[in-house]
Amino acid sequence: MTNAVTARATPAPRYNEAVVRKFIIATIFWSVVAFALGCYIAAELCWPALNLDQAWLNFGRLRPVHTSAAIFAFGGSALMGSSLFVVQRTCRARLWGGEALANFVFWGYQFFIVMAALSYVLGYSQGKEYAEPEWHLDLWLTLVWVCYLLIFVGTLLKREEPHIYVANWFYLAFIVTIAMLHVVNNAAVPASFFMAKSYSVYAGVQDALIQWWYGHNAVGFFLTAGFLGMVYYFIPKAANRPVYSYRLSIIHFWSLIFMYIWAGPHHLHYTALPDWAQTLGMAFSIMLWMPSWGGMINGMMTLSGAWDKLRTDPGLRFSVTAVGFYGMATFEGPVMSVRQVNSLSHYTDWGIGHVHSGTLGWVSFITFGMLYYIVPVLWKQRDVYSKKLVAWHFWIGTLGIVFYITSMWVSGITQGLMWRAYDKQGFLQYSFVESVVAVHPFEVVRLIGGLMFLAGALIMVYNLVQTMRGATEKTSAAFAAQAAE
Amino acid sequence: MRFRHEFIEKNAILLLVLTLLTVSIGGIVEIAPLFTIETTIEKVKGVRPYSPLELEGRDIYIREGCYVCHSQMIRSLRDEVERYGHYSIAAESMYDHPFQWGSKRIGPDLARVGGKYSNDWHYQHLTNAQSVVPESLMPHYAFLQKARVRTNLTVLKMKALRTVGVPYTDDDLKNAVADEYAQADPNATTTDLLKRYPKANMVPGDGRGPTEMDALVSYLQVLGTMVNFADTSEEQLQQ
Repeated sequence: MTNAVTARATPAPRYNEAVVRKFIIATIFWSVVAFALGCYIAAELCWPALNLDQAWLNFGRLRPVHTSAAIFAFGGSALMGSSLFVVQRTCRARLWGGEALANFVFWGYQFFIVMAALSYVLGYSQGKEYAEPEWHLDLWLTLVWVCYLLIFVGTLLKREEPHIYVANWFYLAFIVTIAMLHVVNNAAVPASFFMAKSYSVYAGVQDALIQWWYGHNAVGFFLTAGFLGMVYYFIPKAANRPVYSYRLSIIHFWSLIFMYIWAGPHHLHYTALPDWAQTLGMAFSIMLWMPSWGGMINGMMTLSGAWDKLRTDPGLRFSVTAVGFYGMATFEGPVMSVRQVNSLSHYTDWGIGHVHSGTLGWVSFITFGMLYYIVPVLWKQRDVYSKKLVAWHFWIGTLGIVFYITSMWVSGITQGLMWRAYDKQGFLQYSFVESVVAVHPFEVVRLIGGLMFLAGALIMVYNLVQTMRGATEKTSAAFAAQAAE
Repeated sequence: MRFRHEFIEKNAILLLVLTLLTVSIGGIVEIAPLFTIETTIEKVKGVRPYSPLELEGRDIYIREGCYVCHSQMIRSLRDEVERYGHYSIAAESMYDHPFQWGSKRIGPDLARVGGKYSNDWHYQHLTNAQSVVPESLMPHYAFLQKARVRTNLTVLKMKALRTVGVPYTDDDLKNAVADEYAQADPNATTTDLLKRYPKANMVPGDGRGPTEMDALVSYLQVLGTMVNFADTSEEQLQQ
């Protein structure tokens, strides 16, 4: 693999970097939107008056905007941008399909996001978590996604490298599996061609399992496999070391994508889903621990011999901490998928804490690491504007996550224990609303954690914008220097 | 011949096909039997399609994202059964397109909320939850009382639901609007409505067409009331 310095010296026009830059800007923009919305709805749960008696500001309508902004807008833009960057460089080939198709994918996807967000606040929803957009938007996304798949596979096919690099396996699995999940889970019959209202083809228990087959693999493939693609490219690049183990990559890849798909039923323990399906889901969720940690070890150990870079490269610190959080979340997940643990944790804030240790600690941090690496490369800079600010971002963000996760652990376990507590006479000890009151302080701590995370992201925006703006001055200076040579 | 992973790594289409096969297996093994094993949905009496007004109420429930704070799935755990009532069974949501079991309880479970509170309580609680439960985090839904249900669209919705398997009869479709009005009109004759939709809960509308709040209350009041568990044997509940 070429090292970072020579990669930057490669003449730019070979690759379509314009579309990557667009996706990177979108990633940065949506990160702030997603985090700010998260803070707002967290505040609504502390002080319900903040719903302001406006239908469109109500928690029920804004929560899907937050989750979609975080997963699909921020995460999706990061994945699409980075995958199109990585596939070109590791294949030594320009994007297949030309600039128009790439631009269609970018604008088509952003259009989808904006329309989805608008539709939720205006009261259009399919009522399935993480799959709220109505049927016409689902169709549009399918079209955009197929174009994205074509570009990606087309580029793989015209590659000049004999091997397909491991990062691309993960990106490919992400693109293909998400297509499958999206199409199956969103199968619906519209009430009318002119109405943004449809009914899922599936009902009740079948719909529940299909939804969580989708929902858990949105985690498994959108928020994991895709971002593992980032791990396999950006950590070796930033550390300037090869991937720790080729063999582990192969085992890790096939076992991860095979097992993840089975894990959905752990969202439905003790429900009306038949026991055999619950047990199967639990068993695979526990087994999933191993491939997950295989990936973590492969990412971490890539730094062997280059650990000193953690001191000098705060961007890399984000990536490595992300892998650490990945390891933690993928241990917590199997634990929570055990029926007996789940009987306590399900329906409580523990689940919210678990999801956020994944999305803040893993997804966001690996993305921040990617951004601090990729922005100087794309905007032809020697490095980011200020490493000191990166370090500030790192510590404020990390502390924010700690506040967030610990408060949700305490809150979730409190809720779970209060709901099942009995008094001496054998009656339920607490009414539901007492548990609501009890966790109020932790909801406030969670909000503080979220605000810190948002503050860190704002520091990043400033830092990256400064890096980009420096581009014009420094590039012309660099050109002048080159000309002088 | 010795297998070498290299072969897959050098063939993009093969990698694509093998990936798709690998990720298909789990879903097929887990999901397909739910459609074929007959005991998945218990054979119990009483579960019926929603009345037109309940259906509109359910659509409002979905529109407002009630499911992000309220589950509709009582787990088979001692404390849940004592707090909320008999554990939920698959048959009770067999006509729910989509299901609304939820995943988080910011508020309490609603699977058996039907009949627990009076209509008046629901109107008051939806308008201003804190006026009845001071510690509640629930937003105010007073605006639902100002909007009328678009009854002319209900029949389209029922037709779509019939396409996906909800057994609405021609008679149900023909009388949809009349039933919708009747369920929210204290002066209406409700014999036919109750024949088509037993246990439907009459809500105190003004007779000039149901409001969205009327619809939502009618839906909430039917939740979990369709199956009579006193008449249901243990064997019937086995999956």
